Amino acid sequence: MPETITPPKKFSLQEYKTEVHVDWCPGCGDFGILSSIQQAFFQLQIPPHRIAMISGIGCSGKTPHYVDTYGLHTLHGRALPVATGAKLANHQLTVVAVGGDGDGYGIGAGYFVNSGRRNLDMTYIVFNNGVYGLTKGQASPTLGKGLQTKSMPEPSIQEGVNPLAVALGAGYTWIGRGYALDVKSLVSLIVQAIQHKGTSFLDVFQTCPVYNDLRTKEWYAGDDIGRTRLRRLDADASWDPVVKDPANLDEVVQKKTRALQTSYETGDSLAVGLFYKIDLPTYDEQLAGKVPALKEHPLIDLPLYQRDVTPLFDELA
Amino acid sequence: MPTELSRRELSWVIGGPQGGGINASAEIYAKALTRGGLHVFANIEFHSNIMGKHSYYRVTAAPLPVRSHVDEIHMLVALDQESLFGDALERKHYPSHIGHVHRVAPGGGIVYDADLKIDPAQFKRDDIRLYPVPYFEVLEEALKQLGKGGQSRKYIVMRNTVALGASVALIGYDEDLLFEAIRESFKGRKAEAAEMNVLAVKAAADYVRAHFQERPARRLAALPAEQRKPRILIKGVQAVGIAKIKAGLGLQTYYPISPATDESVYLEAKGPQYQLTVVQAEDEIASINMAIGAAHMGIRAATSTAGPGFALMSEGFGFAAITEAPGPVVFLWQRGGPSTGLPTRTEQADLQFALHPAHGDFPHIVIASGDIEEAFVDSFESFNWADRYQVPVIVLLEKFLASSLFTSDRLDTSKLKIDRGLVYQPVSPEKNGYRRHAITADGISPRALPGTAGGIFSTTSDEHDPEGHITEGIENRITMMRKRMVKLQTAAREIPESFKFKLHGPRRADLTLVGWGTTKGAILDGMTELELEGFSVNFLQVRLMRPFPAQEVEAVLRDAKRAVLIEANYSGQLGALIREQTGIALDHRVLKYDGRPFSRNEIVDGVREALSERTKEVMVSHA
Repeated sequence: MPETITPPKKFSLQEYKTEVHVDWCPGCGDFGILSSIQQAFFQLQIPPHRIAMISGIGCSGKTPHYVDTYGLHTLHGRALPVATGAKLANHQLTVVAVGGDGDGYGIGAGYFVNSGRRNLDMTYIVFNNGVYGLTKGQASPTLGKGLQTKSMPEPSIQEGVNPLAVALGAGYTWIGRGYALDVKSLVSLIVQAIQHKGTSFLDVFQTCPVYNDLRTKEWYAGDDIGRTRLRRLDADASWDPVVKDPANLDEVVQKKTRALQTSYETGDSLAVGLFYKIDLPTYDEQLAGKVPALKEHPLIDLPLYQRDVTPLFDELA
Repeated sequence: MPTELSRRELSWVIGGPQGGGINASAEIYAKALTRGGLHVFANIEFHSNIMGKHSYYRVTAAPLPVRSHVDEIHMLVALDQESLFGDALERKHYPSHIGHVHRVAPGGGIVYDADLKIDPAQFKRDDIRLYPVPYFEVLEEALKQLGKGGQSRKYIVMRNTVALGASVALIGYDEDLLFEAIRESFKGRKAEAAEMNVLAVKAAADYVRAHFQERPARRLAALPAEQRKPRILIKGVQAVGIAKIKAGLGLQTYYPISPATDESVYLEAKGPQYQLTVVQAEDEIASINMAIGAAHMGIRAATSTAGPGFALMSEGFGFAAITEAPGPVVFLWQRGGPSTGLPTRTEQADLQFALHPAHGDFPHIVIASGDIEEAFVDSFESFNWADRYQVPVIVLLEKFLASSLFTSDRLDTSKLKIDRGLVYQPVSPEKNGYRRHAITADGISPRALPGTAGGIFSTTSDEHDPEGHITEGIENRITMMRKRMVKLQTAAREIPESFKFKLHGPRRADLTLVGWGTTKGAILDGMTELELEGFSVNFLQVRLMRPFPAQEVEAVLRDAKRAVLIEANYSGQLGALIREQTGIALDHRVLKYDGRPFSRNEIVDGVREALSERTKEVMVSHA
């Protein structure tokens, strides 16, 4: 895990926080993720006004109100398209999209897949708690088959989705998983995700103390089995998720395969950390290939309002 | 009684299987006519099919302005048998059409392939002139001159040029202008094809001169060279695309859908030249939300779609409205509905949908364009409204405009002015009490551009306070609803009358026609015919559908002696809007919902019938 060098602080941690009342339930895992996002911005010293946070709908969707940056709290499942448009308009902003697992893997599944294909330089963090909390605890797409949380009348008869496996197939160039209550590790993962050039995807195990009585902090801590269920990938000396030569298809497939296998570890060992990373041309860079001015300036700063359309009429003469 | 236009125009139709080259032939022909100083209006009908099904392109031309087509055909150019007699032979059940022979005017001509070996009796017409031309043999003749004899199978796609050449020779039009148009269409690497096509035209012209004495009754001549005005030939999608480029469009998003895609593809092709980003999204939900994200960041953003795609944009539309995004502008190219409906045909059945695009009460603007010039200025101005009022805007267009080809003067850009609305200039780079949704009398709050120090804001699809944070407070809710909705009144006050409605003809008339959108051309040309019958006629064309110019429309209708509503939909959607907004019910209605555009004859005949004693509502469909 790379050490973050702390420069002289221009922006205080406090400057990334708003005074808006946080209305999450006491003990909610979201607090850990919110704090990690604020600390990551602080560590990176990104000026707050150069950040756009874009969220979906649900408890996690409220996050931008609590971070003092530009924020768009959008629609259920649509954070990624809105973030995509924002980034295209001004690619010099740091764009971070956040949402829940129902938001991202259920109603927003199409955007989750296609944003991976596009590889804009932005970050997507999913608060994954296995339930639809704000509508009182229905099963979310990540809740496994046969599981029944306390507000479900019957156990789920659908398989849970494996978001990391989907992300690998979709083409995300940075894929990681964290745990909401391990803030130190989570800050480090968010910092890396933001620093990655390309779309980074970070799934975060998050506890919902009110509605998910199965995936509790005690369960993650492994109180019942005498050891934590979370296996830290950075503690494994043989773990090497970074593709060295993106042109080498063998290496790409080998690293993806290993990440895939690791994402299917279930039961009493759940891997957290960086699963996969590859450096590929971003969508922004490819657009700049067509419009060279975008290398230096964001779209919003280009002279779009003085266009001469005479040549377009000439073509029709 | 014939008008000057109906006496002098020539209606030329080329029909054939999709992929058979009718587009290329018709557009080359249209260009040759435009170069000769003539006015052209051309429209295409085609199936939702890649190759093989019947399509036809109609080019109506005259030495005076023409904005519509007529039922009758003066020169029919058939590339296959189906274009003559329809598909009843192949389709026993529900044949889709009966071909075009029955529409050929007395004295009109038909060019068709002699190899079809059709018995002239099969045409069941003794008042028209038949010109069977052996396409293959004539093509072979042309290829021989290039030393490519015996290769005509390879160049079989050029049969359309043989047919085109024969028809142009028969109507007596200047063949040199046709050669010029061909050479311009095949430039650069295709230059060799240009000469082959020129020779094919020459061989066809020689053939008809050698084999046929009689000419069709209706001929067409270019104007004398000194009277030819340089004009452009432009399609609706191009006019809209150019306007959007001029308006400073930064991001266009789309998901492929007929008939909207051509506009996005046009913009994408111009992207590098004009520093414009065009993104093909994964669906229309993504399209509109990308555009909203970009609009909130401060660039001008648009998305183009048709009814089925717009149905997916509903929630995004409401999101743009409640967050007071400066846009996006949605270009809604109507096609035949409901559902998948008639993907490649035209209709005006999305007006009420555009007026009610999402749940809840919110402000938005809807403008409907009737022709190329209006589509151009509306497309430009819609971005000013989006910025100025911070609302989503719909420009309501139709397939009929998208793919129709018009001769036009170069569209005037001198009066177009960019207005970005109120942009917040931070008083300091620190926190300074900025409120993105500040309450103001006209409803408009200065918008900060994200990235700017001192302008940080949040906004949300939830009801929110002036700072953009969620609240369910009662007083705030009332204030915010009023703040957003009052923007409609502000817009109604400021938008110039030319965007609201147009009254064509005298203020008072015996007969008032009421319509919207692209029926405009057929109504205006049809009015001239109705006037010859002794009526005085005017035409109320409604343009701004929201905020609706209720007082202005009511004033015109109160003066109307007899009013006839004309719409290309089943239910009379503008009629419903007028009644809702003014209380006035229009008794006479001429409606058409067969997916085809109104011909001038359908307007004239429909209005006559609607005014007759017995019928108040008429459905027209001249097959």
